[in-house]
Amino acid sequence: MKHTLHQIFHSGKFVLGFCIFIVILLIVMVYPVLFPYPPLAIIGQGTFFAPGIYVNAYDSVHAPKYTLNLEDAAAKRIASRLSEDDRVAMQEWLVGYGIPQGEIDINDTAQLLGLWNTHYDPKAQIPGLTNAKRNYYIRLDTALEGLLATEDAVIAVKNPETGALEAQGTIAQSDYVNVGQVANVRFLPLGTDNFGRDILTQLVAATRVSLQIGFVAGIIATLIGLTLGLLAGYIGGLVDDVIMFITNLFTVIPSFVLLILISFSIGQERRGAVTVAIVIGFTSWVWTTRAVRAQVVSLRNRDHVNLSKLSGHSIVHIILNDILPYIASYVVMALILQISSGILSEAGLSILGLGPRTTEVPTLGLMMNWAMIYQAYVLGKWWAYLPVLITIALITFSMNLMNTGLDQVFNPALRD
Amino acid sequence: MKGYWKYFLNKLGWFLITFVFAFILNFILPRLMPGDPVAAIVSRLAQGMSDATGVQAIYQQYADLFGTNKPLLDQFFIYMRNVLRGDFGFSFSQYPRTVVDALKSSIWWTIGLQFPAIIVGWIIGNLLGALAAYLKGGFDKVLMPISIFVSNFPAFGMAIILLVIFGVTLEWFPTSGGYGFDLIPSFSWKFFSSVIQHYQLPFWSIVLIAIGGQAIGMRSMAIYELNADYVKFARFMGIKDRKIVGYVFRNAMLPQITGLALSIGTMVGGALVAEIVFSYPGLGYTLLNGVMGQDYPLISASTLIITVMVLTANFLIEILYGVIDPRIKAAQAG
Repeated sequence: MKHTLHQIFHSGKFVLGFCIFIVILLIVMVYPVLFPYPPLAIIGQGTFFAPGIYVNAYDSVHAPKYTLNLEDAAAKRIASRLSEDDRVAMQEWLVGYGIPQGEIDINDTAQLLGLWNTHYDPKAQIPGLTNAKRNYYIRLDTALEGLLATEDAVIAVKNPETGALEAQGTIAQSDYVNVGQVANVRFLPLGTDNFGRDILTQLVAATRVSLQIGFVAGIIATLIGLTLGLLAGYIGGLVDDVIMFITNLFTVIPSFVLLILISFSIGQERRGAVTVAIVIGFTSWVWTTRAVRAQVVSLRNRDHVNLSKLSGHSIVHIILNDILPYIASYVVMALILQISSGILSEAGLSILGLGPRTTEVPTLGLMMNWAMIYQAYVLGKWWAYLPVLITIALITFSMNLMNTGLDQVFNPALRD
Repeated sequence: MKGYWKYFLNKLGWFLITFVFAFILNFILPRLMPGDPVAAIVSRLAQGMSDATGVQAIYQQYADLFGTNKPLLDQFFIYMRNVLRGDFGFSFSQYPRTVVDALKSSIWWTIGLQFPAIIVGWIIGNLLGALAAYLKGGFDKVLMPISIFVSNFPAFGMAIILLVIFGVTLEWFPTSGGYGFDLIPSFSWKFFSSVIQHYQLPFWSIVLIAIGGQAIGMRSMAIYELNADYVKFARFMGIKDRKIVGYVFRNAMLPQITGLALSIGTMVGGALVAEIVFSYPGLGYTLLNGVMGQDYPLISASTLIITVMVLTANFLIEILYGVIDPRIKAAQAG
């Protein structure tokens, strides 16, 4: 046993897969302890807030101010408020006015504004300029003047009696607050989803549930497969014929179809995460049965099994002591594959709208489903689906790596 | 040819048995679930529809069609008779459309998409796998990790990634549908070019997934064959490498064909979900609509058709296998 473990942990593929998997497990366990947010709480009013640090604007007004004199602050401020469309429009006007296009760099805010301020004249005749466009340029020019203002912003409070605004303080353009001193700051590393829920918290919870679904489904499938495979392989005869008949039937009938039929019939209300896991387990035992049976058939007539039979041991004793240890590695490998395919099955079902009911727990599949229904792909909201996809891929990839590693340890013929 | 006929009849028998069994499962699984299926269906139905006469008509039609108040065995025969007549009743969500009407076109979209995609993926995957085994070295080192990663990737994930890269970001191909939304299906050049445009992304996402899995399988089969005694013997005999590779490829391909037969169900399942990502008007999308609309007749008919398609594909591959594998024809001698 010790030797085998030693060998397994010398396989690079296994170790890599194992490490990825352990890291995922650790994150799933540690994150909820550090950040005990409810995963399905709706915190954002609106859909798909981009990833970032959200600082409370109200609190930052009242936070202690620090004056920092940074040279590029004004330029950055203007640049962030001048949209791409406005820049292109300004360039168009300037070109129409007679400035060579090569001289205008729309990404250089200072130069663009300089050109604009020296040349812009609302009365200038630009060929092909419609009236609407002319008004747009006038509005743009006014907005730009506001942008260039250097006065402080005034904070005013409404007097409850007269309704008049009373100045309470000012904020200079060079005022800064320390994020650490603002009372309310929420870091949303992956933004929010279509319902306004924190995606990272949800993703961690979903990974945990999906792993549980995978484990339950994998263990059920492996237990059924192992039992049937042992019975068919060891007892043989009629039992073998019946079991293999059923197994062959379910090999060709797509399990996906059975999953859909059963899940739909159970109904949305009764479909919890565990139910889905059990259904997946009961529809995916076929491959394990075949593999176990093939192994057992080849073991059945080995000398040590015959010796055990002659010694009068019971079938249970023989199976437990003389057969199971020899196929244990196969069973472990089959279990790993079943877990990873269980996670994928759940995702597929959820995308079809047949996943666990949506009110209690998120799963990776449900998150994909929500992202799909709310068009996250087309809208370019990558944070809603890409982290989920990467998580699914990492889980299945790590499990397959472990499996390949084990395979090379136990089947020397496959070693490179 | 006697050996082949025996093989053929054996496979045909299996095909029929599995078909009957799948048919029974399709009928009985929803009815085995706890609760009264009719009541559940009718209550769902009543929620979804505002048209009272429509509800009444469907309920009446449903009761007549499935004989829901008769014993299970009678229900089964009624169901069988209806299916044989090609009558799946009305669709709940698209009333007064019949299920057959709703499914008729989507079957061809799915066959047209998945059949070529799986075949192309299988061929490319096998070629790459064999090349990796034969060339070894750098080619193998690059191809294998990519294949392992791709084959572990869920089909819908590949579909989404292709959609985002080529559909949304680069805007090379349309992101959804089977043809332009402003077109009506017709035999015009414009319609065909639109279909081909829309075909690319779903097609390649299925092909890429298939390539990964097949390449891995073919590589290990080919490595196994390349180390076999007959290859060494042939080398000693001085037979040209090219000819040996031909033999090896043929031998390694046979298990790959069986593998395709066994995995085609899983592949079709994944590809159906990929269809959904692209809103491709095939069975996957119809199934999604059925689930969204709590449309039991539509789902039941779709699953039956998917099963029939998979079983038929499986049967055809087995038949082909019998033609290719010389051992089956030789079986009569033994």
